[in-house]
Amino acid sequence: MEKKERQTSLHNLTTWKKAFRNGITALLILLPTLLVCLPIILLVTGSVMSDGELQRHLTPVFAGGEAFVDWQLVPDYPTFGHYGKLLFMTPQFFVLFWNSVKLVGLILFGQLIVGVPAAWAFAVYQARGSRTLFAFYIVLMLLPFQVTMLSSYLVLHDLHMLDTPQAVILPAVFSTLPVFLSYGGFRAIPAQLFEAARIDGASEWRIFCSIGLPLGKSGLLSAMVLGFLEYWNMMEQPMAFLENKSLWPLSLYLPEITWQQAGNAFAASMITLIPAVFVFVWGQDYLEQGIVFSGLKE
Amino acid sequence: MAKHNTGVKQRRDTRAFFLFAAPEFAGVLIFVLLPFLDVTGRSFRTVVTGRFVGFGNYATVFSNQAFRLAVKNTFRFTLVCIPLLVLIGLLIAYPVSRMKSAGVVKSLYLFPLAMPTATIVVVWKIAFCKQGALNLFLTRLGAWSGLWGEVHTDWLGTGASFWVLVFSYIWKNTGYTIVLWLAGILGIPNELLEAARVDGASERQCFLRIVLPNLKGSLYTIVILSFLNSFKIYREAYLVAGAYPEQDMYLLQHLFNNWFVNLDFDKMAAATVCVGGFLFAVIMLLQRLWDRREM
Repeated sequence: MEKKERQTSLHNLTTWKKAFRNGITALLILLPTLLVCLPIILLVTGSVMSDGELQRHLTPVFAGGEAFVDWQLVPDYPTFGHYGKLLFMTPQFFVLFWNSVKLVGLILFGQLIVGVPAAWAFAVYQARGSRTLFAFYIVLMLLPFQVTMLSSYLVLHDLHMLDTPQAVILPAVFSTLPVFLSYGGFRAIPAQLFEAARIDGASEWRIFCSIGLPLGKSGLLSAMVLGFLEYWNMMEQPMAFLENKSLWPLSLYLPEITWQQAGNAFAASMITLIPAVFVFVWGQDYLEQGIVFSGLKE
Repeated sequence: MAKHNTGVKQRRDTRAFFLFAAPEFAGVLIFVLLPFLDVTGRSFRTVVTGRFVGFGNYATVFSNQAFRLAVKNTFRFTLVCIPLLVLIGLLIAYPVSRMKSAGVVKSLYLFPLAMPTATIVVVWKIAFCKQGALNLFLTRLGAWSGLWGEVHTDWLGTGASFWVLVFSYIWKNTGYTIVLWLAGILGIPNELLEAARVDGASERQCFLRIVLPNLKGSLYTIVILSFLNSFKIYREAYLVAGAYPEQDMYLLQHLFNNWFVNLDFDKMAAATVCVGGFLFAVIMLLQRLWDRREM
């Protein structure tokens, strides 16, 4: 009897210890996510804070001195003035916002038309040399922008496209990352389906449209989600190839705002962030899948 | 008959392959390959007169102080960041793989990937400037523990700026590393682990002997993608500190950009060929290593 009691208490102790260990692990894992949340909180509160308050809090940042920066989570005088000013009284901001939307939209559209059929070709047909081409594509995908910057510049110069939106759009359309992501989706379709369709007399184009696109759409969507996040954040390309500031995307406008207009900077940041958050929340499954598909596995 | 059939299939496949991929190949040819050959040609000539100078441009590049500094910093950045990122990702992914609320944790860590760099720079400036949030935190910590006084390090204007870059790289990329590790861990057949546990293997043995060896493929993927993304740190560096930052932060990307702005196309062409060739070799080598291990 006594022995049994001791055993249960021992058992209780080990479960308690285990629970404690699990709790500590969870805490250790969740603690760093504070670093993810804090910047967002800072942006949100900053964007609804009045100019005077922002000035008071942020003076140490741009003026120096001995006092530290400080912040408060609930502003004394919350205001949506910055948003209003940005949306209704800054036409320039609107132009840049639409520039961003247009650039991203056209790039993704182009990738759909050009990259997706190429991915289909790689995934379904065994042509001689296609393996070698694929390996070569991996290398192209991994080359950073700086390595292709000069060659892009030269070709854009020869085609008289510098300082036009095409200078940013066309090279991006022919980038190789969407090919890989869509490839992953097409690869997951069982090949017997295609054979069956061929026996029924379907053309290759028909197979692509009626079987490939509907069944391989997860890869396609992950290419779109990753592509959106990438090009919404695009900076190097427009900075190098667009001199005319009225063609710039939003991502290049933000850094131009000075500290004196900190409120505008916060509000503009929030407005830039919102579409990205929307796509992230809506497409997180595809995003994760895309990350796994980009793993270059065959 | 069978041979005839495979011949037909082969021909049909080849035709369809090239028809579907033709626009893409044409684009890559026009926008990537031909211009790259052009650049290679230019790397042997002067920019203004087009006179042939052999390896003269290469010699100039290699003796260039800025180039050496940039290569050194880029190497240092990559060698610090990639092992750190791989390790942090695994340390988080392994416990998460056994948690019920894995989805939430994943979303939280993935979120920085969605945040445009331009929006985050305001935050970094507030956090890392001389009177910024980090110093405030350290000062409070010092006052509380009584170990040190006020801290006024200028994190962006001294050698510490390098570590700010490392931090922001890790901050941005931990999420996708976790996703990749998780995919690898969840891909390990459960029977393997069960069998080992039945045989009396401890958790640590399971991890070291079964989980780790099965993750080699994931490791390759993660290293390659982290490497690719490490070049994008330029956005943060540029936005926080401009075209000519503190010298510990001066990366190859700054150098390329500055040469581009100053129209030093001959030096840039030579450097492009060198860096491109180097990356090509590294990627090929990694692919080889990976293929051999798979067999």
